[in-house]
Amino acid sequence: MKNLIEKIGAVVLITGRHIVSVSALLFETIYWILAGPFKKKMPKPEGTFSQMVFAGFDSLIIVSFVAFFTGIVIAMQSAYQLARFGANIYVAPMVSIGIARELGPVLTALVVAGRVGAAIAAELGTMKVTEQIEALETMAFNPVRYLVVPRFLALLIMLPCLTIFADILGILGGFLVGVFQLGLNPHRYITFSFQFMLFKDFWTGIVKSACFGIIISMIGCYMGLNTKGGAEGVGKSTTLSVVTSFILIILFDVILTGVFYFANK
Amino acid sequence: MDTEKEVIISARNVVKKFGERAVLNGITLDIYRGETFVIMGGSGCGKSTFLRHLIGALKPDSGKVSVLGKDLSGLDEDALDAVKKKIGMCFQSAALFDSMTVGENVSLPLREHTKLDRSVIDIVVKMKLEMVGLRGFEDLMPSQLSGGMRKRVGLARAIVMDPEIIFYDEPTAGLDPIVAGVIDKLILDLSKKLSITSVVVTHDMKSVFSIADRVAMLYEGRVLEVGESDTVKNSKNPMVRQFIAGSPDGPIKFFQQKDDYLEQLIK
Repeated sequence: MKNLIEKIGAVVLITGRHIVSVSALLFETIYWILAGPFKKKMPKPEGTFSQMVFAGFDSLIIVSFVAFFTGIVIAMQSAYQLARFGANIYVAPMVSIGIARELGPVLTALVVAGRVGAAIAAELGTMKVTEQIEALETMAFNPVRYLVVPRFLALLIMLPCLTIFADILGILGGFLVGVFQLGLNPHRYITFSFQFMLFKDFWTGIVKSACFGIIISMIGCYMGLNTKGGAEGVGKSTTLSVVTSFILIILFDVILTGVFYFANK
Repeated sequence: MDTEKEVIISARNVVKKFGERAVLNGITLDIYRGETFVIMGGSGCGKSTFLRHLIGALKPDSGKVSVLGKDLSGLDEDALDAVKKKIGMCFQSAALFDSMTVGENVSLPLREHTKLDRSVIDIVVKMKLEMVGLRGFEDLMPSQLSGGMRKRVGLARAIVMDPEIIFYDEPTAGLDPIVAGVIDKLILDLSKKLSITSVVVTHDMKSVFSIADRVAMLYEGRVLEVGESDTVKNSKNPMVRQFIAGSPDGPIKFFQQKDDYLEQLIK
């Protein structure tokens, strides 16, 4: 029993320490973004652009794929229930609101965490174990300013963009099911899709995705920069960054949904 | 005679502990401008850790490290960066950036720290690559190079900002004897041609006595002996003699187990 309590205590302590370190990294990143331009020490924008291409543009296909088929699935699943009430047309708002509020941001974030977050952790982790991070420091480059800031900005900007894209494709997927399988009138389907959807449904999803962008970039960078122990360590950091990002995305999804639900009833 | 020379790096009683284990036990050393100073010692004697104190990557628990007349532990980040721009470091694994070509690796400090024109930077990069005998390799990726070539690119990158001091961490480790000889010659050339101060950490005895003006031997986080290359070579200290000769028997024990062997076997 005592042993168990000791173990739980140790886990809590370690988790607490990680939370403090990740927050410190986040503050340092924000500090460099805000103070960098005044100190004339911003890295060249090319780094951020290439990260944006990698995180955003290169994720388009997989994000579209996931969103499109999720739209189809939600349409079919909700039609299965709604058909009993002869309310097939309500498939339209079901899909559009479900995607915009919840599935668009979350699924996109999970896909990007698996693709981009893992790549960040692996890249920075490899740089760490092969002395490249140390080399940067010796050449008077701050690793946070030089490596973390571009990745942070890229995900903060590109994840909401990807989410908008996912929203559109998800709704398109539902539309195809509604029109071709359920035989709904396309015009009516589109009208119903947006009639019940408030602007709030859309922007809360975008705010969520920006938060997820912060989570993915911070966890990826933190795990990468704290890698120890060669190739095995890189593998460990990569796995840990994906698992931690997944957990945090779901956790923050619950928190943010709660906040939006109660704050703006 | 020593009093006439300018001290460029000074360490005073540097102590560093990792957890309970003291890695540096009070190191006091002076390195003079323009000399090639070699720090040697067995694995785990703290020589790499000491080097990391000299480049400002680690801070001592107590004691003082001054580089180019500045006490490193008292500097804020900007001032420390200013010192770092005047030193170059050659890493054991070369530490080239995998995602960049050779040319981009070498030019990185210039591109980020100076406002030089692209064409000027290209010329400087060509000159530095010529010095290490790799002109024309600008567009290759580090993964396409051999170990010795990578080290030479690392060296070109270390000297691209025209530093006053270059630090070398095991520059010849893992290289064949000829490439090791080439690297040694490069180190000598650079310090003679550019009158750069070189600080080399190594345990390659052949390289030590072919490049060093002065040598310090570390043992268990202390300076065991320091002096002119020839003085150390003919040292009377049995530990230094054993290390130079590379003999397994002597005052320095290879086995470091705490428990008795027999006791452990029958336990």
